[in-house]
Amino acid sequence: MQIPVVKLIDPVTMLSIGPAHYVILSAVLFCIGLFGVLAKRNAVMVLICIELMLNAVNINLAAFSKYVTPADFTGQIFAIFVIAVAAAEVGLGLAIIIAIYRNKVSVNLDDFDLLKW
Amino acid sequence: MIDLIGREVVDAFLSNFWSIGAFYTLALVIVASGMLVVLMKNIVHSVLWLAVCFIGMAGLFLTLDADFLAAVQVLVYAGAVCIMVVLAIMVIRRADMKFSNPFNAQVYAAAGVVALVLPVCVFLAAKTEWLVSRARVPEDTVGPIATLMLSKYVIPFEVVAVLLLVALIGALLIAREVKTDANTGSQAD
Repeated sequence: MQIPVVKLIDPVTMLSIGPAHYVILSAVLFCIGLFGVLAKRNAVMVLICIELMLNAVNINLAAFSKYVTPADFTGQIFAIFVIAVAAAEVGLGLAIIIAIYRNKVSVNLDDFDLLKW
Repeated sequence: MIDLIGREVVDAFLSNFWSIGAFYTLALVIVASGMLVVLMKNIVHSVLWLAVCFIGMAGLFLTLDADFLAAVQVLVYAGAVCIMVVLAIMVIRRADMKFSNPFNAQVYAAAGVVALVLPVCVFLAAKTEWLVSRARVPEDTVGPIATLMLSKYVIPFEVVAVLLLVALIGALLIAREVKTDANTGSQAD
């Protein structure tokens, strides 16, 4: 069995940009966002990191749009919908954080235990 | 020198020098600024690096022949979302911004999850045989996207419009100041 990672560090593969390059870049960015979501204490920061993850998905969609269905624009239209939903999400998320801050005077996620039994 | 690194490597490099250079430069900018977003101690600096990350991503969309998407990215993310986040941070301001972006107790668990997810994604991306289409992206992308939006995707388009309106009204209602009645202590608005 051929090990695919060896193929990745081969110079010819590295220099001919294909969908795999964009998918790996988006995986790296998604993991940065995932780390932030899991490890950050500030609620605003968690929202920011969710935005990073959604953007990583958009890179994938645009790359598939170019390399798989260039004439249909399916990926690009999906990316536009993702951007619209992300804008709605960040607006609502910030509003909820401000409302909780009024009650608790804190944005530390560990203090948000109103629904705990 | 050419024999040392191989003829085909040089050919592959020279044939599309600009697209290779653009991809790796933008990838470096995006990953570095994404790391800085997570690692900065001051949350306002984090948001500034987030704007850099979004603009780098708009450049990446240009290398993917998605110029409308690049414009939307700059307008919505680098413009609107970053400003909104900065405004929210200023509303929730604290005395000292210096350590406004701490890690919680799960840093090692989060690092472990990421260390599991990332190799799996990279392995699968490298293993997949991509079915790359031979066709080229049309020169004009905005026109076909507009036609598709108002023909094939008209229902999702309208639903997203309603969703944005609902989110706007909901955000206003949730973030509105609730006045407390001083005499009874009950909340009345």
